Amino acid sequence: MNTLFFIAAAIAIISSVLAISNRNAIHALLYLIISLLSISIVFYILGAPLIAALEVIVYAGAIMVLFIFVVMMLNMGMEEETEKKWLTPRMWILPSVLAAVLLVIFLYLLQAFRNEKTGVEAINPKQVGISLFTTYLIAVEIAGVLLLAGIVGAYHLGKQRKKVIHRFMVKNPSGRKV
Amino acid sequence: MEIQILFAAILFLIGLVGFLVRRNIIFMLLSIEIMLNSAALVFVIAGSHWMQADGQVMFIFILTVSAAEVSVGLALILQMYHHFKTLDADALKKLRDKQEVEKT
Repeated sequence: MNTLFFIAAAIAIISSVLAISNRNAIHALLYLIISLLSISIVFYILGAPLIAALEVIVYAGAIMVLFIFVVMMLNMGMEEETEKKWLTPRMWILPSVLAAVLLVIFLYLLQAFRNEKTGVEAINPKQVGISLFTTYLIAVEIAGVLLLAGIVGAYHLGKQRKKVIHRFMVKNPSGRKV
Repeated sequence: MEIQILFAAILFLIGLVGFLVRRNIIFMLLSIEIMLNSAALVFVIAGSHWMQADGQVMFIFILTVSAAEVSVGLALILQMYHHFKTLDADALKKLRDKQEVEKT
């Protein structure tokens, strides 16, 4: 179990360093996804299967998709030539190798947990749910309010203001019908 | 236990260095994500050490906070790109004193 932890931790550190030192935003995000996946493996080794699943679904799934959408919307300095350069398979070798190592570890862990060979006592999701909805109920509600504020803030900030004023609106800047 | 916390500390350090070194604002937000993630990792490590579910509950809250933070931050980045046509964090100097800018 310890060696698996060390392998996953090494992959996490390597891919995080590559993520912050990369010049290309899409490549950096790819390495960050690898880092999140390896941290998810670490959670699994620690005996937190619910958190491992949440890490993959929410972090590597939802939040990284947000990042990738923004990078694509901003069209960060990519020309035709750089796009050609992206398609070379050389760029994808290292992330694929790291992800393959993680996949092997994960399959081994699934096998080990099914046969109850590990010395790890897992905290099952039921305990987490009970604790979440009894002891921390007020915090769950506050988190809901925070998410609502996040939605409203992102909508308000992300709105594009019209730059071209309609020709009928010029005399009447308030925009009301006369 | 110690080695796992050391791992989380190294991850936090990587995020901090990335935040301080990079000037591209998307990379700064990305480094913040790494730091939040390592902080959440410490909660889960402690929770598994004492066999309590509270650590995982805290992870869920940190996940919520980071999701809200990322959505608002990315909307701000879009606005910044529309106003200044750049992603350089150093371009946002309008609030600084003019004299100070001339001095430096």
